[in-house]
Amino acid sequence: MNGAEFVPLSLPPLLIGIFAAIACALPGNFLVLRRQALIGDAISHVVLPGIVVAFLATGMIAAWPMMLGAAGAAVIAVVLIELIRRLGRIEPGAAMGVVFTSMFAAGVLLLEQSDTSAVHLDVEHALYGNLESLIWLDATGWGSLLDIEALRGMPAELPRMAITLVGVAVFTLLFWRSLKLSTFDEGFARTLGIRTDLLSFALVITAAVAAVAAFDAVGSIIVIAMFICPPAAARLMTNRLEHQVAWSVVFAIASAVIGYVAAGYGPLWLGAQDAVSAAGMIATVSGLILALTARFGPCRHRSGAPQQG
Amino acid sequence: MLGDALLLQLGYNATLVAIGATLLGIAAGSTGTFLFLRKRALVSDAISHATLPGVCLAFIVMVMLGGDGRNLVGLLLGSAISAWIGLVCLSWLVRHTRLAEDAAIGAVLSVFFGFGIVLLTVIQTMGSGRQAGLEGFLLGSTAGMLWADAMVIAIGGAVTLALILLLRRPMTLVAFDPEYAQARGLPVARIDLAMMGLVMAVTVVGLKIVGLILIVALLIIPPVTARFWTERSDQVVLLAGIVGGLSGFVGAAVSASAPNLPTGPIIVLVSFGCFTVSLLLAPGRGALAALLRHLRFQKRVHLRQGLLALAQGQPIYEALTLRLLRRAGLARADGVATDMGRARAAKALRDERRWQVVRSDQAHEAAAALYDGLRDIETVLTRDQIAEVDRAIGSPEGVPA
Repeated sequence: MNGAEFVPLSLPPLLIGIFAAIACALPGNFLVLRRQALIGDAISHVVLPGIVVAFLATGMIAAWPMMLGAAGAAVIAVVLIELIRRLGRIEPGAAMGVVFTSMFAAGVLLLEQSDTSAVHLDVEHALYGNLESLIWLDATGWGSLLDIEALRGMPAELPRMAITLVGVAVFTLLFWRSLKLSTFDEGFARTLGIRTDLLSFALVITAAVAAVAAFDAVGSIIVIAMFICPPAAARLMTNRLEHQVAWSVVFAIASAVIGYVAAGYGPLWLGAQDAVSAAGMIATVSGLILALTARFGPCRHRSGAPQQG
Repeated sequence: MLGDALLLQLGYNATLVAIGATLLGIAAGSTGTFLFLRKRALVSDAISHATLPGVCLAFIVMVMLGGDGRNLVGLLLGSAISAWIGLVCLSWLVRHTRLAEDAAIGAVLSVFFGFGIVLLTVIQTMGSGRQAGLEGFLLGSTAGMLWADAMVIAIGGAVTLALILLLRRPMTLVAFDPEYAQARGLPVARIDLAMMGLVMAVTVVGLKIVGLILIVALLIIPPVTARFWTERSDQVVLLAGIVGGLSGFVGAAVSASAPNLPTGPIIVLVSFGCFTVSLLLAPGRGALAALLRHLRFQKRVHLRQGLLALAQGQPIYEALTLRLLRRAGLARADGVATDMGRARAAKALRDERRWQVVRSDQAHEAAAALYDGLRDIETVLTRDQIAEVDRAIGSPEGVPA
């Protein structure tokens, strides 16, 4: 395929997919180790009411109010989960289940009640996003990457996702030592004077920001998959956190690229007419990677557990 | 309008939906209880999302065989098979790798759901808009519910309830203490699998009414709600069934009473309403009860400390203590004790001295263990014992005015 076709049609969605995958996989590493993996699932559900409320408040589909609404909903959900857990003395999993399903239901209800027929806002879109439609019509070839005029016509999701990725990476680097310590030995981290409660909240907020930005571009199913599958697969490859994060980034990129290509061209190779959902395919590929590592990964067993099948 | 809906006066379809939703709620609530008590509530999330590829595959297979593709029994069968595969993957991941259960849940959930979405887009390209209806399984769609669909739900719900009745004792035992159950020789792994199988059955049956994303709510919220009201597991099962059934019925009725009120979300929100009321108002475990308990305790501590301060002639600076003493008629606004206050203060000081004796005496070890600074000594010792303690203390001294 030549640049004239690749750059406008495939490069932006591919890059957005990769950025979203890495931005979710980075905090996902810590969430998986802290056994909070399902926070990503909860956040991606509660984003829906946030977006609907933002739409009802502003009356238009604009990126920033929606991202603010989604982030607000994520914070409300985290606070509610904690509140219900403390007030009702309920185990965290159940508290999470109560909150995110109810907020999602409220979002669906709001969506049905409001008149959104004129705009592109529905539950299916929220779930699987619209990666394929993020094309860059102004580009004519590789040269457009250096052309200011053409760059201005780039889909807005691309720079937004890039900024989010930089933000998440900076957070991870800045707090690397504290995150590592508090993830593996919270008591020790606290004796060193690290505010583990604040750090844990900051991690969840970072995850929420990544989720919301990625959600805007690629839909919630990739978000959940990328929070969990690449880090979980990386966990089965190594015992060192540094290597695990590196592996998870590799797996995230691999899922995004292979998934996108398979969704776009796979059906054509198989003789079908149309492409299938790229978001779904990326999630599927990440699952296949996880399955491979779960079967063959060098560190797949629990340490100390007897070696078996 | 709502009254008509609650009395099942809104026509054939609304009545079918209401009955189906009630049965589904009862089955989901009582099944979810075991999951909740086992602390594995979110496994249901993985199971429900894992149904999607099965629904799609079943549709594709039925179309390829020349059928309609929308036969509910066929679709539910497909969904059950893929949910079962998801469940097997989940337990394999937990058993054979170092991944924790939550990571395994998230992985199964997202991958199966993603694959299901791929299949959905495949179906969309298969031809002539025949997929219409499959999206309904995401959030449920009750508009075109048929008698046969309602029968499937009713029979499924009834079978689930019967199985719960059969398996309730072993499942309760495993939920509370899996090690003990193992030691008793129960097949814990198989009972767990049966529990999950029941959850799967409820999920599959509920696809039509509330959809696969929200069925999780019906499995989790009623048990959590019921848990506020009782400490006995059989009562939690019963109450969760009632809460679930009520939510299903009221939700279906409300959604039938006006346009644009989707059944699934309304049912979930009704059950969330029950949950909120229970969280706030339930006796014992509710937030209001806890607050009242805290306030009562605070009052006792302040009164006690205030009386001791009065008895020893110390000034009281704490405003709350002073206010409580004044309201009980034990002190005046300027902090001087009333007659009754002086009497109670002397008693408090004497009790404190009695406790001192009791706690330093090995013979009263059991009673001394109950000392918390607030307990009245009369609730611990008999009158004779107190008299004996008083002899050890000696005769009373005057309380300084």
